[in-house]
Amino acid sequence: MTAPVLIFAIGNESRGDDALGPMLLREIDNWLNSGEGAREKGEGFVERFELLEDFQLQIEHAMDMKDRQRVLFIDAGMDTPAPFSFYRAKATGEPVLYSHALAPQALLDVYVQFYKEPPPDAYILCIKGESFELGEPPTPAALNHLALALDFVKQLLDVSS
Amino acid sequence: MSLSLETAANPENLRRVAIDPVSRVEGHGKVTILLDDKNRIHQVRLHIVEFRGFEKFIQGRPYWEVPVMVQRLCGICPVSHHLAASKALDAIVGAQHLTSTAEKNRRLMHYGQILQSHALHFFHLCSPDLLFGFDSDISKRNIVGVAEKYPETAKRGILLRKFGQEVIRHTAGKRVHGTGSVPGGVNKSLSIAERDELLRDIYQMVAWSREAVHMVKELHHKNPELYNSFGAFRANYMSMVGYDGSLDLYHGRLRGRDENGNVLFDGVDYNDYTVLIGEEVKNWSYMKFPYLKSLGKEKGWYRVGPLSRIQNCDFISTPLAEIERREFMAYSGVMPMHAPLGYHWARMIEMLHAAEMIKDLLHDDDITGNDLIVTGERGFEGVGVIEAPRGTLIHHYRVDENDLVTMCNLIVSTTHNNQAMNEAVRRVAQQYLHGHEITEGLLNHIEVAIRAFDPCLSCATHALGKMPLEVEVLGVDGTQLSTLSRSGDGSFCA
Repeated sequence: MTAPVLIFAIGNESRGDDALGPMLLREIDNWLNSGEGAREKGEGFVERFELLEDFQLQIEHAMDMKDRQRVLFIDAGMDTPAPFSFYRAKATGEPVLYSHALAPQALLDVYVQFYKEPPPDAYILCIKGESFELGEPPTPAALNHLALALDFVKQLLDVSS
Repeated sequence: MSLSLETAANPENLRRVAIDPVSRVEGHGKVTILLDDKNRIHQVRLHIVEFRGFEKFIQGRPYWEVPVMVQRLCGICPVSHHLAASKALDAIVGAQHLTSTAEKNRRLMHYGQILQSHALHFFHLCSPDLLFGFDSDISKRNIVGVAEKYPETAKRGILLRKFGQEVIRHTAGKRVHGTGSVPGGVNKSLSIAERDELLRDIYQMVAWSREAVHMVKELHHKNPELYNSFGAFRANYMSMVGYDGSLDLYHGRLRGRDENGNVLFDGVDYNDYTVLIGEEVKNWSYMKFPYLKSLGKEKGWYRVGPLSRIQNCDFISTPLAEIERREFMAYSGVMPMHAPLGYHWARMIEMLHAAEMIKDLLHDDDITGNDLIVTGERGFEGVGVIEAPRGTLIHHYRVDENDLVTMCNLIVSTTHNNQAMNEAVRRVAQQYLHGHEITEGLLNHIEVAIRAFDPCLSCATHALGKMPLEVEVLGVDGTQLSTLSRSGDGSFCA
């Protein structure tokens, strides 16, 4: 059975603060399966969520959104306000510039084109990063943002369940 | 062979137009054009911001980590780096010949990568230009427009891509950060359940790939004047071919031909690539310019990728792709096809070949075997070469007695094609922009030429957020005369 909530992290762990998405995903995974928090939410809570990650969003990821109620994209951003921004992603139906990688909004457009139906509710959690250089570790400021984002996500998942 | 637009005689008297960055290519590319007051072209340059830190990133790491680490160099072709590194490190563990199961699982992974990469490029990045025209209404010239007018085409692109990713997932062990290929072999083979799952869809993938070849072939036949001449320039070309002369994207020896199709070298062991290839540095570009040492810097540059591979091999081992190769060669005639748009046709033939190879491998009992790894006498240096979706990819490592990497040299496909892409944009600028007012449609011609090579600049830079296109026209004194810009939503405005 498809989990109703998909949490999709985008990023490359070898490119400095681009690691924030995958790192947060691991923290969420730990929390969901630790028994300290999520397990206390009751039977079936953990099974409501599926966690995926990739370097970049690609067209075929539209298929991962099928039969979901909600999708949460987690990414790191240079220009996002600190410590993070959280907002709804919407299919625009407008022309978008396509590269080998897509923005979440563009992926929703691909979903509409492919399935001919409205996409699931989708949200973006964008964590403020500062440096995205290959081989660099995450910056201290970004790690602080990550900790705050984790607290936020725990509350969010609690509500969304 | 080279055009004369690399450096203008009097650049101080010319206007400068910049396309920065180029859209629908990965990473960051920039084109600068110098024009005089009558819009005559004097200089055209494609600048690629090459990231020069990844070799250092690998140094000091234990060699067995490398096949996994190098996947992080590029979010577009991680599998190609994974396999090229594994091949290089086979020499470190003394694995001269892999087991049949190991080699076939690596090949399966590689053909999955070729299939998904070529599908994405053709159906989603290039089909808007090819189906609607290079200077057609920009509001329609995108995949949304393709999905509206050709919904089946857009859908097939997604499903072919998804299938290729599933092949990679089953052979690499997971969707990202795969660990399937290791020095000396693989750490897993395909399970029977995985094989059967892929077998269910592969025949459809072969059929769709074949139809994709027919689609692009028809475009050539319908408009030969455009497809044969657009951005065409003559060049040497190089690729790896199988030991029997076949198209082999995984292993073989290096072969090069001159612009007339005559063999320049053949059967070259890729361990000797440094004898064959030099790399020139030019003061206006961050990316190096490889050349064949035997011909020198001026005449030794060459082209890699699908257009080279299809014309460089003697035959293709899979029947449907071989039929298409023969038709391609017959269309070209006595002389090789040099037109950049020929890349699309060649790319689809390769996609068909990849689909056929996947089918054959899924029917091969070795693919589910258990003999996974071999080792031998420990080595300290290894070179691995693979024909990645965009062209020849070279990985070269030295490892010390403590198993740590002391030297790493990588030459990626886009670097091999640096001069060739520059020549293509110069020719297009000369053909279409010379003497004309600059418009978005005309500038898109430049981008079409670059996209034909499917350059992956992801190793060079990490693209975040929007990819706007900005064009500046500067006066003789450097003042800004006018600007054109394309925003992230694709709109283009003055």
